[in-house]
Amino acid sequence: MESVVRSQSATGPDTPVSNEKTLIYRQSHWTRLTHWLWAISLFFMLLSGLQIFNARPQLYIGKQSGFEFNNTVFAIGAENTANGSRGYTEILGHRFDTTGVLGWSGPAGQETARGFPSWATIPSYYDLGTARVVHFFFAWILVTTLIVWLVASLINGHIRRDLAPRIDDIKRLPQDIIDHAKLKFHHTREYNTLQKMAYGGVLFVLLPLMIITGLAMSPSMNSVLPFLNDLLGGRQTARTIHFSVMVLLVLFFVVHILMIIAAGPINELRSIITGWYRTDPPAHDNKPAKRNS
Amino acid sequence: MAKFEISRRKFLTGASLGVSGIMLSGCDAFDSQLGIGDGLRSFLENANGLTWRAQRLLAGRDSLAPEFTEADIRQPQRPNGVTAPDDDVYKGLLANNFADWRLEVTGLVEKPLSLTRDQIMNMPSRTQITRHDCVEGWSCIAKWTGTPLSLVLDQAVVKPQARYVMFHCLDTIDRSLAGDVKYYGTIDLIDARHPQTILAYGLNGKPLPVENGAPLRVRVERQLGYKMPKYLSKIELVDSFADVGEGRGGYWEDNGYDWYGGI
Repeated sequence: MESVVRSQSATGPDTPVSNEKTLIYRQSHWTRLTHWLWAISLFFMLLSGLQIFNARPQLYIGKQSGFEFNNTVFAIGAENTANGSRGYTEILGHRFDTTGVLGWSGPAGQETARGFPSWATIPSYYDLGTARVVHFFFAWILVTTLIVWLVASLINGHIRRDLAPRIDDIKRLPQDIIDHAKLKFHHTREYNTLQKMAYGGVLFVLLPLMIITGLAMSPSMNSVLPFLNDLLGGRQTARTIHFSVMVLLVLFFVVHILMIIAAGPINELRSIITGWYRTDPPAHDNKPAKRNS
Repeated sequence: MAKFEISRRKFLTGASLGVSGIMLSGCDAFDSQLGIGDGLRSFLENANGLTWRAQRLLAGRDSLAPEFTEADIRQPQRPNGVTAPDDDVYKGLLANNFADWRLEVTGLVEKPLSLTRDQIMNMPSRTQITRHDCVEGWSCIAKWTGTPLSLVLDQAVVKPQARYVMFHCLDTIDRSLAGDVKYYGTIDLIDARHPQTILAYGLNGKPLPVENGAPLRVRVERQLGYKMPKYLSKIELVDSFADVGEGRGGYWEDNGYDWYGGI
């Protein structure tokens, strides 16, 4: 494997290849700033979005919601049973009992019919108008952050150098999957193949798709971009995609956090806060990656 | 082979970082700052103004909402909000098939009007198959027939200082200590004069039913459902809506919805 201990910029130390653990300057201030702005805005957008969803906890396919016909693909609800009220979640016609979390939740004795539970929404009480205020405020932050990140990363080479997949990445993919499965991590300047796929997928696929499907739900924007809904399969399909992308982003977040914990949270956090990252000795050999700190 | 080693301290550090984000939501932390008029909420509401200006800039005056075909009308128009006004005045008018009903056009106009239903129906009409998007998330496609609002405004001759059209309705949407709250709403003159903004009296080829707003309701196709009042009785041209209701421009706006319901 090639040596990857290479300083990316003049601000980094002139690091000789050595067998010592070495601090390198890994994340530019643009990457760090936008990372935390995303973290904050996605946090608020998720929780306010779940509140917005609670106003109509059903998803449909097509141009409109079916009331006299059935195009529902997902639903959260509550029903009365012999055992009292129960919450359920229905996915493509398959129903699951989700009492206590989805459909029917709340403090013991004070449960109410609710899509997502109050601990998962902003505000905690049902208030569609307020949730929309929060959601759209952070939508502006998110979009602005994405644009700033895109411009900065094109100029400083972050996208070309760190994210753009190379032939080597494809060759490395099987080994990379094996390494991840064994929780074997290389601490290098470069992102591994799965990291590139995950970060690239979020930044170039999921977030743009989130923004596009969000705009497609706006009747005002429909008059500006009328083809958007046709492209996406209709306004209600756009809403369903918007929700599905949320689920994928939450999955990404969970895996992201698990990877950070597994790879050494202090080192990972240091690099995304200060930019400085402690690398392992260059992996000439096949030794397992050492853990630091 | 690599062993997955993780110290207790490392695990706790990482786990607590992850979990703290989630616990933070426990999620009433922000509730007290998010009521109407609270500082944080007022700050966040600035984004609504930004959205309004951005969408105005992009959509301009005349960009049209998508229209659909007869084949897309697959169900009756789903009614919501008030569907059977309990008000004595309304019930009296309904009993007489709206023969005594009038649409008043008042406020900042040169020629105040009082139009009967026949007078409105004898004006040039427009029929459009459009999608109604409720703020809650559902949509429904239906065919609407009515008089372009711009024709009514032209007939009344709007004064230059007028900035908004205020719709007064016959239905009581809420009851407060101060008394009954009638539904009302406002749009600006750009949306009021939009070619698809009509005063609708027909739905799917039939007279507008009570549940959908008989005898007359507004359609503002580039905005959400709550911007399209039902059971109209009066159109008032105003230069400000600060003195009406809670001063936010409509019943739902007074309850926290944003004034420009374009998204």
